[in-house]
Amino acid sequence: MHSDRTLLALAVLAVIGLAAAWLAPSWTVSFATLALAKSIVIIGLIVLMRAALVPFGQALFYGAGAYTTALLVRIAGIQDALLLVSLSLLVCGLLAFALGFIMSRYREIFFAMLSLSFSMILYGVLVKNAELGGTDGFTVTTPTFFGNKVDVATARRLLFALAVLLSLGSAALIHIFLRSPMGALAEAIRDNEIRVEYLGTSVRRAIHIKFTLAGALAGLGGGLAALSVGHVSPEMTYWTTSGELVFTAILGGTGSVLAPLLGAFVFESVATLAIQYAPHFWQMMIGVVLLVVILFLAGGLWSLVQRKKTV
Amino acid sequence: MQLAATIILDGFVYAAWLFIVAVGLTLVFGVMKILNVAHGQFYSIGAYATASLVGLWFAQGLAPVGAYLMMVVAALLSGLIVGFVLERFILRYIYGRDEVVGALATYAVFLILEDAVRLSWGTGAFLAPQPRELLGISSLGELTISNYDLFLIAVAIVVGLLFWWGLNRTRLGRLLRAVIHDREMAQAFGVNVNKMFTITFIIGGILGALGGALTAPVISVSPGIGVEVIVLAFAVVVIGGMGSVGGALIGALIVGVARAMAVHLAPNLELFVIYAVMAAVLAFRPFGLFAPAGARKI
Repeated sequence: MHSDRTLLALAVLAVIGLAAAWLAPSWTVSFATLALAKSIVIIGLIVLMRAALVPFGQALFYGAGAYTTALLVRIAGIQDALLLVSLSLLVCGLLAFALGFIMSRYREIFFAMLSLSFSMILYGVLVKNAELGGTDGFTVTTPTFFGNKVDVATARRLLFALAVLLSLGSAALIHIFLRSPMGALAEAIRDNEIRVEYLGTSVRRAIHIKFTLAGALAGLGGGLAALSVGHVSPEMTYWTTSGELVFTAILGGTGSVLAPLLGAFVFESVATLAIQYAPHFWQMMIGVVLLVVILFLAGGLWSLVQRKKTV
Repeated sequence: MQLAATIILDGFVYAAWLFIVAVGLTLVFGVMKILNVAHGQFYSIGAYATASLVGLWFAQGLAPVGAYLMMVVAALLSGLIVGFVLERFILRYIYGRDEVVGALATYAVFLILEDAVRLSWGTGAFLAPQPRELLGISSLGELTISNYDLFLIAVAIVVGLLFWWGLNRTRLGRLLRAVIHDREMAQAFGVNVNKMFTITFIIGGILGALGGALTAPVISVSPGIGVEVIVLAFAVVVIGGMGSVGGALIGALIVGVARAMAVHLAPNLELFVIYAVMAAVLAFRPFGLFAPAGARKI
């Protein structure tokens, strides 16, 4: 069984991650937390992308998750990190479930465009809302952990540990989901949807479930990102953010739930370095890499790691 | 009453601008089945080239009328050069793959060009207001109208008519319509589809650059203008039906008037309205208002 290897790898990564939460130099902590938060969004994305559905508006759920957490802190006064991100997951899961009734009717470029339009609606609302800081957004205060108030440095490390557990936990659950009949349908839908229908399965229902899962995970990632960065802005829902998320998913590849983790870390590392040393070439680099991956490396970086093909 | 007139006028001016920007996008999609995200960069390159050329023209102290010629030259050059290079050296390798791949590849091109523009023109803002100021303003009852806005509407009408004439009355147009209708069949009848693709992409690029060229006198040309334009153009094209020129016209009018209403009646809803219309049209007419029906693949 190959599944054991992936789950084993996740368990090993969890141990390494938790150790890193205490030992890693402090400047890497925020960066790694953000990378892990984004990897959760990407794990959700690959569920859709395996069915050849590429949403150009996944930033809708990423941004909505971030704003859910930020608003709960600001208005409801909820402070607990785990509770906040769980509520982000719940809210975005419900939002995705509601939109899923419409989205599951669409494929290919229409799916991408409708998803884009929904995310731009949220952007349009947030940008013009002066109470939420307009284009600037607003800051999110440091959360507490299980009722314990800690200093900022410790909070960062605890948040990192939480991000490790949540991202690897999501990866494990999605790994199991992808091996279930419902999860495995993704490839069948990509290959030939009508045959899947003839076999007696509802494609719409399958896509609805995947869309809800992806939305919930994007919300969780967004909530974590809001806590980690300590700030939310409408930029998080803009189409360029969606583009970046899709890029990261393609960079890592959709072959395994480990691929999004790889993709997110490579992307965030290169982004951090590039913004520091070559800010004027940053987008050009992403563009070139994206073209190279599309043209020559269909399986993404993961296909370089993977030794043999498992079909 | 005056408010209604203002809304209609503003809406039509905005629609004219949207139509010029979006019609190239819809043509490229219709013929090549590629949703060209890089279209936004044709727009920004056209705007920058115009700002530079118009600036150069006036620095030489030449006859002011030539500034309009410079706008056309800027659009033609930008579309021709960038369009040719992109089609020949990048897009050619993704024909026949999924439509989503086309969108992703042109998104990559979009990112590359974004930095290329920044490297070429720097991060400062460029102004080229002369073509607008030269035309002055006129008043219609209690309304004050910039003549340049009327000029925009005239250009949009000319572009629309040229499009109709080109597609329906010329040999090239007939060949293009054959490719739009059925690429393989057209190829089987001896149409050089690759050549059609190159021509289409260049025409689309020129139109995108023309949109930028016409906008340059109205805005301050600065980095990132292509980023906003492309989603607006998507909205227009999607509402009308991707690949339909008439649809782009209707889409531009709907978005233009909806936005003008929002701006004058509820400014906070400006962006919301545009994308809400887009989502609503997609939700009820998935293929847009005017897209031709497609066959179901089994």
